[in-house]
Amino acid sequence: MRAACYYGKEDIRVERVPDPQILNPRDAIVKVTSTAICGSDLHIYDGYIPTMESGDILGHEFMGEVVEVGPGNDKLKIGDRVVVPFTIACGHCFFCHKQLWSLCDNSNPNAWMAEKLAGYSGSGLFGYSHIYGGYPGGQAEYARVPFADIGPIKVPETLSDEQVLFLSDIFPTGYMAAENCDIQGGDTVAVWGCGPVGQFAIKSAWLLGAERVIAIDRFPERLAMASTHGKAETLNYTEVDVLDALRAMTGGQGPDSCIDAVGLEAHGTTLDAWYDRVKTSLYLATDRPHALRQAIAACRKGGTVSIPGVYGGWLDKFPLGGAFAKGLTLKMGQTHMHRYLPLLLGRIERGEIDPSFVITHRVTLDDAPEMYRTFRDKADDCIKVVMRPH
Amino acid sequence: MQTTAFDSTLDRADLPSRVDVEQWSALVGAAAIIGYGLSRRSLSGLCLAAGAAPLAYRAATGHWPIGLHALTGRDDDTRAALGGDRGVNVRESIRLETPVDEVFRFWKRLENLPRFMTNILSVTDKGGGHSHWVASGPAGLRVEWDAEIINEIQNKVIAWRSLPGGDVVSAGSVVFGPAREDRGTQLTVSLQYDPPAGKLGSTIAMLFGKAPSQTIREDLRRLKQLVEAGEVARSKPDLPADVPPAGRIQAFRARGTR
Repeated sequence: MRAACYYGKEDIRVERVPDPQILNPRDAIVKVTSTAICGSDLHIYDGYIPTMESGDILGHEFMGEVVEVGPGNDKLKIGDRVVVPFTIACGHCFFCHKQLWSLCDNSNPNAWMAEKLAGYSGSGLFGYSHIYGGYPGGQAEYARVPFADIGPIKVPETLSDEQVLFLSDIFPTGYMAAENCDIQGGDTVAVWGCGPVGQFAIKSAWLLGAERVIAIDRFPERLAMASTHGKAETLNYTEVDVLDALRAMTGGQGPDSCIDAVGLEAHGTTLDAWYDRVKTSLYLATDRPHALRQAIAACRKGGTVSIPGVYGGWLDKFPLGGAFAKGLTLKMGQTHMHRYLPLLLGRIERGEIDPSFVITHRVTLDDAPEMYRTFRDKADDCIKVVMRPH
Repeated sequence: MQTTAFDSTLDRADLPSRVDVEQWSALVGAAAIIGYGLSRRSLSGLCLAAGAAPLAYRAATGHWPIGLHALTGRDDDTRAALGGDRGVNVRESIRLETPVDEVFRFWKRLENLPRFMTNILSVTDKGGGHSHWVASGPAGLRVEWDAEIINEIQNKVIAWRSLPGGDVVSAGSVVFGPAREDRGTQLTVSLQYDPPAGKLGSTIAMLFGKAPSQTIREDLRRLKQLVEAGEVARSKPDLPADVPPAGRIQAFRARGTR
């Protein structure tokens, strides 16, 4: 089959690779009908993710048709149309039982690597380096899905690929970001970053009862999307002082919740060499660490800072004193995907949201190398790329 | 897709014979260690090189030198070989989201053990508390021994020791304790062993990247995956697949070409 493979910084090639195989009883093989490039894939593209290996298959947002089922999987049948969550969870460990699916104990075969970084390992992820398990990703014609009796959600034929594809990551991720804000009636929610996750955080804040949503970015097309589709008030941080503007807009009180949908272009593990590299990449990143500091500074006393943006290593000059002084709640982490799939599919089916609004580019798998660059450079007003491998 | 992962499952019983592999690997290993030791041009390097002599002897003869046991304090009797500070001691714990009786039952089926202990090639229950173990030792050597259970309390503890005449002298226990209001199990493995070639052999094993505690910890992680999730997580097909024989699998496989 063909797949988008990583060969190094800014070096992605569509190559012919061996077909995936059923390796475990609960596995399934999915023929990928649609797959997307995620903003977090750009961290890989930019060479910031350690433990990537040459030839690794990329991609963690994908859906398709089940073409093969392992003998221990009694939930899926050949021909089922499914969306696959990007976090891999066993469904039976302490964390899965607690609905903390992205912290599954049993799905990362390289847990020892993550333990060196964080003490304990989160779940395995598709196509996202070997520290997260080294699972081949979904930017391919076919993909192997482990624990497929518990992860993939069946979707009805009445909904198009484009309407349900983002259940694989960015819709639940934006939704959990808003849910973590514990939005009460009358609340104002500010969202840093109007990429795809930010757009879904904005939409979700409305769905969860926010009174006002304020979106912060610098790219006109992204602010325009937040305004037209997201109905948010917008701030261009290259034009206004964000802290002053938010203070003024909220009568001097500050937003009740702040969502950092920007993240940080840096990952690392405990090895000293990687620590240096993390620090280097922190300094190389443009304004990105700035977003989290600003969110903490902007948030009202006793408010919540919710962080769906990806952070990986050690953060310098983190204003914990300010967060402490204001009694903030900080919530973060990979999305507990499995918790949200039925709920959000229901919202799509009822017409409460049509996630396809974020798509700006529809291409084939062969266009992957070019589209990674376009998306990274935010060229051609690119916000979300969907690829069809077949 | 013509080939399957199941077809490529390693048949671990098919390892090359001791005579072929052990002697050659002992020869290569001894040469490497002696070369490395001498290249250090230091006392410790010299000791390392000298320490490899028994390995070189084994390469030439296929047997460990008889005097080695006396030299390292090694003895077939576990009490003599493992008493005091002798032998290698390893202790690791893991918590499982499965009640004690299920975990105990799983462990008691000895054929389950090689499913999560990567260095154990096979365990055969010989009845009466006796079992035969085949393992992959340092530098890939195949080692075998018999063991007997010396203490067993249902759902609480299993302790064992090796019997004289084997390649390995070891003793150990696994303690099963309730956790999380009896919904879970906290399992603690204590293992003592006198490795072939004594502590030196264990040190050499660590030089080549296999620290005993890390090995046990990874083994217990796989045990947890098997007991909780029913399978060992894997992201590539190079490990033996934890699946039924290929013939049965074929019946489940999708038809059609890709």
